[in-house]
Amino acid sequence: MSLASVNAQFATGAAAARQYEPSVAGVGDYLALMKPRVMSLVVFTALVGVVIAPSHIHPVIGFTALLCIAVGAGAAGTLNMWYDADIDAVMTRTSRRPIPRGRIAPGEALAFGVVLTGFAVGVLGLLVNWTAAALLAFTIFFYVAVYTAWLKRRTAQNIVIGGAAGALPPVIGWAAADGGLSLEPWLLFLIIFLWTPPHFWALALTRTDDYGRARIPMLPVVAGARETRRQILLYSVVLVPVGAAPWLLGYAGATYGMTALFAGTLMVAFAWRVWRERQGECAEHAAHHLFGFSILYLFVLFAGLLIDHGRHGVMGAVAGIG
Amino acid sequence: MGEERQKIVLTEEQKRSRRARSIAIALALGALVILFYIVTLVKGPAVLNRPL
Repeated sequence: MSLASVNAQFATGAAAARQYEPSVAGVGDYLALMKPRVMSLVVFTALVGVVIAPSHIHPVIGFTALLCIAVGAGAAGTLNMWYDADIDAVMTRTSRRPIPRGRIAPGEALAFGVVLTGFAVGVLGLLVNWTAAALLAFTIFFYVAVYTAWLKRRTAQNIVIGGAAGALPPVIGWAAADGGLSLEPWLLFLIIFLWTPPHFWALALTRTDDYGRARIPMLPVVAGARETRRQILLYSVVLVPVGAAPWLLGYAGATYGMTALFAGTLMVAFAWRVWRERQGECAEHAAHHLFGFSILYLFVLFAGLLIDHGRHGVMGAVAGIG
Repeated sequence: MGEERQKIVLTEEQKRSRRARSIAIALALGALVILFYIVTLVKGPAVLNRPL
């Protein structure tokens, strides 16, 4: 299905007529709208922000904060799928989503997303604090209005700027625990912000036709595969010192620093392979491997920060007893 | 006025999915009530301390 035919379908009311049918959407369809895989990464990075913040937070309040951040991420995903239903229908990767499949009407998705946003922000404000709630509201606004509605269809820098939304959860987590902000959560923000372009462009390299058909100006579509590979390599190189910055600036121990440098070197090695392998299946495999490793890289860095914090907490307690 | 009002008759599948959605909403609202109750216990009198 082409983007033009999908738009024509919406214009002639064929899609609109379908949406007045009584819904057959199940609970699973609504969960799929919330992008559960993205949610899991958001919750994990937010958890790190909550745990490493200097102030103590009661586990119930911490759980509430993470729940609200998860629901907020789900709300953003839902509103993204509502707005992008036309392009989702023409892309192979997204054509099985609930709205293009006709399981959920666009209006129902919009209402669901707005209600989730209200509950996530309201409950976070009432039960945790309003600094975290304001940051969550801003994150949802940035992802839906700035990234989805404005940048995604207009510029090849869409995921670079839009990546700020995905980088904010640890900052929200920190604010939920601490009530304020310092340099450390912004370092976590910077790590995810610089990690996003090589992560997404590795995927985009293998889906160039898909993005082209949907007329989304992703970097490989607009600037070509060679320039995309160059940018992936550049971002990956910059990511190495930024990933190790919590150690370099004294916020984390040497074990974290060595882990971050080792994982960063591997990330550059995968990006270098993407740069070198430019033809056929080898190129596709290299991009797939970088995409897969980039997820592991982020997980290792944030898990490293958690472990490092736990270790220092135990050592501090032992020193206190001594 | 003589026209008979059209009614929507739900299919079995539509009834089943509506029931599942209703149960999910009920569970979510129940969980929210429990969450507010527990947080009130955890915060104690501080729950009313809300400087702007």
